[in-house]
Amino acid sequence: MIVCKSISKVYGSGDNQTVALDNVSFVIKEGEFVAIMGPSGSGKSTLMHILGALDNPTSGSYYLDGHDVSILSEDELSVIRKEKIGFVFQAFNLLPRATVLRNVMLPLIYGEVPKDQRKKIAEEALRAVQLTEDRWDHYSNEISGGQMQRVAIARALVNDPSLILADEPTGNLDTKTGDFVLDTFRRLNREKGHTIVLITHEDEVAAFADRTIVIRDGHLVEDRQNRKEEVKKVIQ
Amino acid sequence: MLMSDLVAEIHMAITSNKVRTGLTVLGIVIGIASVIVMIAIGNGSQKAIQESIQSIGSNLLTIQPGKQRSFGGGPQQGMGSAESLTRDDATAIAQGVGGITAVAPTASGNQQIIAEGNNAQSSVTGVTAAYAQVNNITIDVGSFISDVQESKRSKVVVIGPDIRDDLYGENVDVVGQKMRIGGLSFTIVGVTKSKGGTGFGSSDEVVYMPLSTYQQYFSGSEYLSSISVSVTEQDQMTQAEEDIEALLLKRHKISSVDDADFNIRNQADIIEMTSSITGTLTMLLGAVAGISLVVGGIGIMNMMLTTVTERTREIGLRKAIGANQKDIRQQFLFESATLTFMGGVIGITLGIFIAFVLDHFAITTTQVSGFSVILSFSVSAAIGIIFGYYPARRAARLNPIQALRYE
Ligand SMILES: Nc1ncnc2c1ncn2[C@@H]1O[C@H](COP(=O)(O)OP(=O)(O)OP(=O)(O)O)[C@@H](O)[C@H]1O
Ligand SMILES: [Mg+2]
Repeated sequence: MIVCKSISKVYGSGDNQTVALDNVSFVIKEGEFVAIMGPSGSGKSTLMHILGALDNPTSGSYYLDGHDVSILSEDELSVIRKEKIGFVFQAFNLLPRATVLRNVMLPLIYGEVPKDQRKKIAEEALRAVQLTEDRWDHYSNEISGGQMQRVAIARALVNDPSLILADEPTGNLDTKTGDFVLDTFRRLNREKGHTIVLITHEDEVAAFADRTIVIRDGHLVEDRQNRKEEVKKVIQ
Repeated sequence: MLMSDLVAEIHMAITSNKVRTGLTVLGIVIGIASVIVMIAIGNGSQKAIQESIQSIGSNLLTIQPGKQRSFGGGPQQGMGSAESLTRDDATAIAQGVGGITAVAPTASGNQQIIAEGNNAQSSVTGVTAAYAQVNNITIDVGSFISDVQESKRSKVVVIGPDIRDDLYGENVDVVGQKMRIGGLSFTIVGVTKSKGGTGFGSSDEVVYMPLSTYQQYFSGSEYLSSISVSVTEQDQMTQAEEDIEALLLKRHKISSVDDADFNIRNQADIIEMTSSITGTLTMLLGAVAGISLVVGGIGIMNMMLTTVTERTREIGLRKAIGANQKDIRQQFLFESATLTFMGGVIGITLGIFIAFVLDHFAITTTQVSGFSVILSFSVSAAIGIIFGYYPARRAARLNPIQALRYE
């Protein structure tokens, strides 16, 4: 459960202040699939950094599973990220010299999960994103973009996070592979009950989610439930 | 982060760019190896010098004519060339001072030697039979100068092995053969055993003859170049030195020690003096080599900084998936420590090998000291940590958001 109470983020000080987020409040319940939409520069990534415990808001509070995350120190934030957050980036950010399996196991290193369990967890995650087994021992720069992004999603799954955050996850992919990746998100949401927040500036991408939050110039301007028919249509 | 994971991460990092890793480690290898070799050379020469001094005998007092050595004093009056000591002084010491085993007066100078048509310039020393005992001279073939030959002023010589090898050929039996010294003919009665010392003052390049013969035909005076005294017990050296000083002052009718026309040196002083000189030499060599070690360390730092910059995005990602500052710092610190550790091990091995080769092929005497091995090992580990600390801290402090955006 995510609760944002009048969150603001101001960059810089004095004359060249940028208000990236201005009094944004919303609640995301467990198991929701939400798209955050808005034009370039509207504050989407800034919001994602705060939701992902990479940054503190300038004012306001952010509760994740009942804990106030907005007041934590840097090291305390890293614990939140380790235990509760899974990130998927536009640029995949896989380690190129490591195999697919090793990339997926990477968060477990910092979680100090016992070695004998890691492989099982990683394999389960790779199956969940439907990456065929013959790719698992490839180096991560030897597979296609769509496969890379699914590896990145698998990596985001292994610590069983309360929240999966994806910033423009299809930005580097063509429409067809992009749709496959978005479908993967939806399946994880439907079948495994993961809470997913997806950031995009495209309506078609946002349509994969159940709910869309629109921000513009740092303000929350719209919060709507996507129509069920529309959702069905995209699945076909 | 578990230790085994840290090891695996570092393994991946340092094997991913083998050439760069190799070159950086090479810097440390060269630094460490040169420290080991330089200190081994320094220690080796110290040991060689001390051994050659000790081979003369460590219970030895040497009295030479001339003023007492004084530090910072004016120009010294040609030590050893002054004329103040006589055979009577030597006899008086032998009879009047307790706790001494033998007294050996000598007179020496350089002479032209001709043998078998070969020509050489060599130090010729007039000695008594006691000389061999006092100076630890052992005879290889034949015999040393005897008291009878000394009292008869016989024209006989005992020569060092180097003289024999140079003039007659290696290991030729020369006993009974003749040689001309300063125009006079002498018979060789013995050859001394090699003492192995080299260079200036080596006892292998000396010609001995009876002191009385030398004084009659070469120096033409009663004065001596030195009197060597062997003291029975090491702990009586100081006592013997004081007694001899008092006796000679009385005999020379000098009231103050400051005006003494002779000086007494004991073997311990000489060893101490030379080891302080060679110690300084060792330090100097070590310091020069140390500079190359520091340069190697800067190489490590340079590589680590490059690595941190190259892997900025990776660091950002690691932070995003839960790594804290300590995890990141540890990883990079360990990486640089591993590099210097590898360099240290290879460098020490190489250094010991080079020192062995130098010694084995008699290029120079070397002695690898355990101290230098431990020193360079800890220095290399310290370098890894010191020069790795700044890059590691930089990596740990990267802002994850900016790091993830880094192109
Ligand atoms: N570190 C920063 N320092 C100063 N200003 C910043 C910083 N990061 C973002 N901003 C500003 O905050 C505003 C919101 O930026 P943000 O990155 O959140 O936009 P966005 O919605 O993600 O845009 P895009 O769709 O282009 O990624 C922008 O005006 C941006 O210039
Ligand atoms: Mg953005």
